[in-house]
Amino acid sequence: MTAHSAEAIAQEERRYFQVFFWLFVLTVLEIGVTYVPIGKLAIGGMLVLLAGTKAAMVGLYYMHLAQEKRTLTYIALTPAVLCVFLVFMLLPDLGAVTRMLTHALAGATGNAPAGH
Amino acid sequence: MTTTTATPHALDPAESPLTPESWGKLGMWNFLAADAMTFGGLLAGYGALRYGDPSWPVPTDILGIPLTAFMTFLLICSSVTMVESLAGMRQGNQQKCVRFLALTVLGGICFLSLQAYEWTHLIQHGESIAKNNFGATFFILTGFHGMHVFSGVVYLSVILIRAALGKYSADNSNEIEIAGLYWHFVDLIWILVFTFVYLI
Repeated sequence: MTAHSAEAIAQEERRYFQVFFWLFVLTVLEIGVTYVPIGKLAIGGMLVLLAGTKAAMVGLYYMHLAQEKRTLTYIALTPAVLCVFLVFMLLPDLGAVTRMLTHALAGATGNAPAGH
Repeated sequence: MTTTTATPHALDPAESPLTPESWGKLGMWNFLAADAMTFGGLLAGYGALRYGDPSWPVPTDILGIPLTAFMTFLLICSSVTMVESLAGMRQGNQQKCVRFLALTVLGGICFLSLQAYEWTHLIQHGESIAKNNFGATFFILTGFHGMHVFSGVVYLSVILIRAALGKYSADNSNEIEIAGLYWHFVDLIWILVFTFVYLI
């Protein structure tokens, strides 16, 4: 971010409050979505989408990525991409281990799987 | 007569720095990318543990959503005061900068106080880091984030003192912008933690 003229700063400040408004609206929407009587997967998908939008708004406007060089955005996005890979790499292993442990615990106590 | 002198160390346009105004800013971005991977690892571990566990409790049955929604609102407000503080210094208005920086620090302190209250309440009701995977992931994730908020409060307090002492000006506000990057990152991470740990 390099433009520091009075007009540019005033414009920036207007945008900051617009972003604040939308962050507030999206947060209210997120909480509202949890009460909608639809499937858990659909709710989860909508929440991820809303959280992603909010995170992108903070990155683009408050952290000024929208005005920085594109390469800086790539640096910022790298952890998010790696995290998605990590989730898919972990899911099969950890899911299987947890299920095995849950059933082993149920077998040992002679009860159905219950809360830990 | 014009002379074109070959300067061996001149930068080719293709090699211009990513953040020409400050190397510190690039350093902060690199730090944040590394820090984001740590949070990414914790969130991925949380997701993977939860996915395979049929006995995972419904978070809204245990956690207080209205309180944490208010905490989210507080952090978003503190992000606005942070950018307003930077705007103030860039306008040459030291008083505005100091006032908004103080509000940002106050927002961070309120957030930490509410988190301490939430933790105390949960622990008194039998939740703990050792009780189950839900407790372990919850306390580690929110605790790690809380440590970042605490660091941010200390970091911004130092910047606040320096701003009040007149160390910055309209043309010298990079340190405020760099501190702001850290604070917005803390806000961004909370947006994700609030969604994945509290709401989903």
